Amino acid sequence: MARLLEHINVPGINTFDVYRKHGGYKSVEKALKTMTPDEVTEEVKKSGLRGRGGAGFPAGMKWSFLDRKSDKPRYLVCNADESEPGTFKDRYLMEKIPHVLIEGMITSSYALGAKTSYIYVRGEYMYIIRILEKAIEEARANGFLGKNILGTDYSLELYVQPGGGAYICGEETALLESLEGKRGNPRLKPPFPAVAGLYASPTVVNNVETISAVCSIVNESGDEYAKIGVGKSTGTKLISASGHINKPGVYEIELGLPVEEFIYSDQYCGGIWKGRKLKAVVAGGSSVPILPAELILKTAKGEPRLMSYESLSDGGFATGTMLGSGGFIVMDETACIVRNLWTFTRFYHHESCGQCSPCREGTGWMEKVLHRIEHGHGHMEDIDLLVDVAKKIEGNTICPLGDAAAWPVASAIRHFREEFEYHVKYPEKVKNPKHFELEPFRSEKVLAGV
Amino acid sequence: MSEQIKPIQFSAETMDLVQRIIKRYPEGRQKSALLPILHIAQAEFDGWLSTPVMDYVASILSIKPIEVYEVASFYTMFNLEPVGKCLIEVCQTGPCWLRGADDIVEHFEKKLNIKVGETTADGMFTLKTVECLGSCGTAPMLQCGSDYYENLTTEKVDTLIEKLRSSNQRSTYMKSNMQEI
Repeated sequence: MARLLEHINVPGINTFDVYRKHGGYKSVEKALKTMTPDEVTEEVKKSGLRGRGGAGFPAGMKWSFLDRKSDKPRYLVCNADESEPGTFKDRYLMEKIPHVLIEGMITSSYALGAKTSYIYVRGEYMYIIRILEKAIEEARANGFLGKNILGTDYSLELYVQPGGGAYICGEETALLESLEGKRGNPRLKPPFPAVAGLYASPTVVNNVETISAVCSIVNESGDEYAKIGVGKSTGTKLISASGHINKPGVYEIELGLPVEEFIYSDQYCGGIWKGRKLKAVVAGGSSVPILPAELILKTAKGEPRLMSYESLSDGGFATGTMLGSGGFIVMDETACIVRNLWTFTRFYHHESCGQCSPCREGTGWMEKVLHRIEHGHGHMEDIDLLVDVAKKIEGNTICPLGDAAAWPVASAIRHFREEFEYHVKYPEKVKNPKHFELEPFRSEKVLAGV
Repeated sequence: MSEQIKPIQFSAETMDLVQRIIKRYPEGRQKSALLPILHIAQAEFDGWLSTPVMDYVASILSIKPIEVYEVASFYTMFNLEPVGKCLIEVCQTGPCWLRGADDIVEHFEKKLNIKVGETTADGMFTLKTVECLGSCGTAPMLQCGSDYYENLTTEKVDTLIEKLRSSNQRSTYMKSNMQEI
């Protein structure tokens, strides 16, 4: 089943020779020698592959939007600015098996007609940049990059670009601004990057995992790839599992795996640590709505919740969430939802680029109000104030960072309002930052001894 | 803190690297090299970007100094003030907090006798908290230079402080001082 991590445990798989011995760079040979660029795009369309960075937009469709009539050069830019809290799959992939990304970049660049491509890596991953640069050198030395690749008339230059530490650069137009040497301020759309992206030229921006998946799709055909998974969630997905579990790490799952199996099976998270109970999960990176245990394991209709785009969003935001980037953050019964939310909101405040007032100001106010509730100085009306601020940010900003900051606040209050009220009612009890480790929150009735 | 004041000029070797980086972009798009070159400049000139250093970078790229200032001040990794020899950046976002990042920060404050944002009197350590570094599965963690130190415990922090103190190297994002702790 595994596609991306199939050979992850082979010693030396990070080197060209070992990677090649295990079937590496076959997709480049197949594409360049036996397929036209449009045929490669067609396979990606058939595969049903959806963007793995978080939005889940069909990758083949994104490719087909690329302005092929323009006489400007076209660019493929890989988004390796992985910064969504809870997400570390791209780092794992690039560190352990960098050639799968390089191979995917070559095959995808060929499909899109790009002659120069860039991999934009978040600056903090500087050691990953060194790994990628080494892999690029190896690929070049073996004739897979540079002029006339494998003797064909296709030539490609591939470069790695470091970021400077800004979450917003994961938004594709902010990333392009940053790649042009500017502040990472997202652009107004349209025009979309497919028409006017890098240097105002037609550009496709795809996540590391999306581009890496293209190798399997070309090798085994789009139709075969589409057989993996469930419904419109085709293929495999890397899940970054963190928080209060026995086995944090990156797991490649077939989309459609039951959430319960993912959390409790020894093959994956291995259950909740310290023998505690599951309280809540943020299933797709910090931006997606938090769900309490009963709603993450089963949908509101009582059906088992699956790790797929559709099942996780079943019930809308009232009772569902999103697959997002696959950053799966698990909280046990001692976790304080308010404190966790405060750290997320502080994050968004820190990372807001400052262009749009609702986000710049709203994230700051949400952080302040949450800080005061968490530290025992809150008022009952603060809870609705937070809901109100979140509502006023959502949908009112140039880029989705505003929504990303609003959803965690709205959902935490939707599902855990009692816990916010508890903080206001019992300020003395929450003064200790570890309050719920001393006495897990059980709901008002239990606390009152009813 | 008696580091010699260096002339603001890249060595011939660094300049060669800088020129190669500029060639990665189409003609006239040399501004794209700004972030990589700021990283190099910060590493070369004592771990921070002074105004003269930023002006120097602007002159290399034939852009206005303000174009450098506005970028350097936007991105978290660029220090606009001097920092200690070792910049300790402890992740404090949700997933790290769930696994005990608060205890790690508190331990650093106690051991180094400084608060977050401060530098030790000997100029050796600056303690900083940062937002998610993409290491949530190995939390709690910190970054020092280009190195990630993961699955931290207070004992590991003690060992790390000792190692960094005895190696007495300036931490930089461009170079690894990676040592097992």
